[in-house]
Amino acid sequence: MTTLAYLIPVALFLGALGLAGFLWALRSGQYEDLDGAAERILIDRDEPRS
Amino acid sequence: MALDLEKVTLVLPSGQEISLASRSIGENLRQTDLSVPAVHCAACIQTIETAIGKLDRVEGARVNLSTKRVSVRWRGEEVPPFVATLGRLGYGAHLFDPEADGKDKTLSELIRAVAVAGFAAGNIMLLSVSVWSGAQGATRDLFHWVSALIAIPVLAFAGGIYFRSAWNALRHSRMNMDVPIAVGVSLAYAMSLYETINHGDHAYFDASVSLLFFLLIGRTLDHVMRERARTAVNGLARLAARGAMVLREDGSRDYLPVGEIEPGMELLIAAGERMPIDGRIISGASDLDCSLVSGESTPRTVGPGAQVQAGTLNLTGPLTIEATAAAKDSFLAEMIRLMEAAEGARARHRRIADRVSALYAPVVHLTAFVTFLGWMAATGDWHRAITIAIAVLIITCPCALGLAVPIVQVVAARRLFESGVMVKDGSAMERLAGIDTALFDKTGTLTLGLPRLINAPSIDPTMLAMAAEMAAHSRHPFSKAIAGNAAFAGQPKLASVSEHPGFGIEAIAEGSTWRLGRRGWGEWKARTGGEGKQGYGGTVLTKDGVIVATFDFEDELRADAKAAIEQLNGAGVSVEMLSGDTEAACGEVAEALGVERFVPALLPSGKVEHIEALTRTGHKVLMVGDGLNDTPALGAAHVSIAPATAADIGRNAADFVFLRRSLLAVPLALDISRKAGLLIRQNIAIAIVYNGIAVPVAILGHVTPLIAAVAMSASSLLVIGNALRLQGFVSHASVQDARHDRRSDIGALAQSS
Repeated sequence: MTTLAYLIPVALFLGALGLAGFLWALRSGQYEDLDGAAERILIDRDEPRS
Repeated sequence: MALDLEKVTLVLPSGQEISLASRSIGENLRQTDLSVPAVHCAACIQTIETAIGKLDRVEGARVNLSTKRVSVRWRGEEVPPFVATLGRLGYGAHLFDPEADGKDKTLSELIRAVAVAGFAAGNIMLLSVSVWSGAQGATRDLFHWVSALIAIPVLAFAGGIYFRSAWNALRHSRMNMDVPIAVGVSLAYAMSLYETINHGDHAYFDASVSLLFFLLIGRTLDHVMRERARTAVNGLARLAARGAMVLREDGSRDYLPVGEIEPGMELLIAAGERMPIDGRIISGASDLDCSLVSGESTPRTVGPGAQVQAGTLNLTGPLTIEATAAAKDSFLAEMIRLMEAAEGARARHRRIADRVSALYAPVVHLTAFVTFLGWMAATGDWHRAITIAIAVLIITCPCALGLAVPIVQVVAARRLFESGVMVKDGSAMERLAGIDTALFDKTGTLTLGLPRLINAPSIDPTMLAMAAEMAAHSRHPFSKAIAGNAAFAGQPKLASVSEHPGFGIEAIAEGSTWRLGRRGWGEWKARTGGEGKQGYGGTVLTKDGVIVATFDFEDELRADAKAAIEQLNGAGVSVEMLSGDTEAACGEVAEALGVERFVPALLPSGKVEHIEALTRTGHKVLMVGDGLNDTPALGAAHVSIAPATAADIGRNAADFVFLRRSLLAVPLALDISRKAGLLIRQNIAIAIVYNGIAVPVAILGHVTPLIAAVAMSASSLLVIGNALRLQGFVSHASVQDARHDRRSDIGALAQSS
């Protein structure tokens, strides 16, 4: 019973962390161009972006 | 080459038009969104972003590969030449509607709700499993309390969507599927909270939350599919002009949006532009492509004094016109009014899901209420009676039913999407499944609306090559058809090519004057023959006034039109053709395609009347058309399909839009819709059978939260599995074909239109 008292909050906290991470990613537009993100890793950036 | 480039820029939106369509994002920055259908890989992204980024006054460009859009941020008054730059790189760009832009708020709300509900459902289910496996006393109470806490944000956030929708329905005294969901979920939560406070052993937190989770998944999928079709349709070329160059009395020129043009203003219409409004020609001569407006396949030659209608395309020469009507009184607006007046068949159709839920909700609520009364009468224990009644509500909550319809429609829409057919919404598929008559427009639908040279083999190759060389300098449809036969056959080099709008092209080569155009104009020496016997007037190539070659054209039939019509006939649909073109032209096409019935020379309102007459005799009519003149008919029909090359409002009015050239999209859409209809009915049957088994168990009071969770998940999985069978249903040939040319085709189409 005492173990539950801290295990449950820990589990919920970790879960909430994942949820917050997902919502953050959603809000910062990381899901807006999934195809583009997949292709962009193929682009070499030789020159520094201005 | 220089000429080619000029042609490209001519069809691209002008700087003023871009300026009108851009929006300010503060600090003197403006943003323009362009649809660029041809981007498809990393190289495209890099090429475009680098090239546009290098332009003056451009802050940055960002390509979105998923939506095939480029957004350019720029500063200053004048628009940087990014559209021309894109054109030079080989990417045709189209302006985007400013209103259609902006983030999809509903989608992000739905995804957030799914995320929250998924998180909560997972955690509550874990706690519930502990309770089911024997947690007792204080531990069980603790688990229940934690579950209750986790469920609160879900009800507020995810449940809010359903509560709002249910409230909306009730306020307009309607019933939808969301009403029983909202009632069931909130009652289950309230009862569980009561149980928790009183140390009870059964709580339904898991049921109410996972129910919301499942249903939200269905709702989100539905939304994503619809949104995707919508953006794809929006991304195609715009056909209506956004504005026009106005010539002021003092000689100055202004580019005004269409809405601000008033009768009496003088407008300059360059070759290649569409008429923004109705008007009368003051000066200039040209050929007009009226195919979208009237369905006539032959371009009309116009000169000063002629009336022009909004939506016609100016082909060969610049025109000055005087506006005779404001945009809101123009032909285009008239078509929209006709369409709105005709809309009715569509509004009368009620979706299967709505029809079922209208019955479902009262039955469910009545059953729960009767159960409560029954147990009250039998035992007098009101707590027990309420518990069992709520268990009935939960077990009948339309989880499977809520998924049964959307999931089939999502799978079907996806199958159609892969074959290049966009569906506006699920009810369109239901309506398509029920049709028994298909009406086709001729020009632009059964035919491509493009002439094709039919006597090329009988023409002297040297002359044909010469004609092709000259034709390359014109945008007249006949010229384009001839230019397609270009070949080097020792023809002399052209000097001083000039186009005479309404007549043809004149060129000088090796001291001779060559003319390609109307018979009476080209052949100035011996005026013997009259007009050609062909309906197209007769196009000739002359050398110093003597005919050296004649050209015959016919309207090119759309690929697979005959096969598509045969398949429709095979599916028990009777096919008719409606056209604004002449009887002779219609008869030819009808015979070539094996269409038995056709009605020629119809006005837009005539098409609507024909459809309404059919509807009155009990037929369900499918209308397939592309022109502005078809738009009212598209609105009046039970269900409608338009090709991607259709006029803007036609595309918006149609329920389905197909992107490829092949007309086989029509029988394919019918086939998939009918199969989807079958699966939907099967799924509803499955859901009813499930309820038939589960409800008696619930009424007898044997349902525990464990049984409720298992039953709900099992029925949902069964329904999803059944829906996925649609993937395997469809013939594989079309799928392979689809993969093969999807990208290139969409790009080519958007560029060509």
